[in-house]
Amino acid sequence: MRSNDVIIQTATKAVVFIILLFAIYIFFAGHYSPGGGFVGGLLAAGALVLLMLAFDIETVNRIIPVDYVQIAAAGLLISLGTAAASILFGVPFFTHAHTYVYLPLLGKTSFHSATLFDLGVFLVVVGVTMIIIQTIGEDE
Amino acid sequence: MIIFFWISLILVSLSVVGLLIRLIKGPTVPDRVVALDAIGISLISIVALLSLIFETEFFLEIILLMSILAFIGTAAFAKFLERGEVFDRRSDR
Repeated sequence: MRSNDVIIQTATKAVVFIILLFAIYIFFAGHYSPGGGFVGGLLAAGALVLLMLAFDIETVNRIIPVDYVQIAAAGLLISLGTAAASILFGVPFFTHAHTYVYLPLLGKTSFHSATLFDLGVFLVVVGVTMIIIQTIGEDE
Repeated sequence: MIIFFWISLILVSLSVVGLLIRLIKGPTVPDRVVALDAIGISLISIVALLSLIFETEFFLEIILLMSILAFIGTAAFAKFLERGEVFDRRSDR
């Protein structure tokens, strides 16, 4: 039986971008308000899962041709590298550096090294979640 | 006005209890899926009412996140009930 899935495919084409934008927002909001790399990664993985639901695994692998094992490994490398870089400056492991800069449009903006660590967490969560989902989905 | 919010919170929480009965007893799988989706919507309303009671806006992102997760979960359950599998290997066209 060939079922009709035009509604979920049309809705997905709009909703995926909203979810990805919200994931990026909640990733950057994570320092002073609820959010962070873990929830952002879960939301980005949720957007990819929604794409796989509406279409199929081979189409998603064709339009996003990345190896999620490498994504998870790169995220782990970024996180550990950020944590270990504080040793080079003579301060303890995991020390948090921050500064304030004045950007043209945004005004006073705070830069934190915790954002780089969170970026690594984001990539690890996306990679591991998609590896799990793909392993479950490929049951043939 | 705060009394109104508390009464609404109690009513929505009681409806969650009723939905839990349907989720556990439900004769068929679609009953359980609809109950689970309605529990998600009720949780979203509970968080919205709590953010009104506490007069904070930190919960608004949680409302959006829970609604996104409820949407994905409901879509996955609906596709599983319709076709018997969640992820297609390839589209059959």
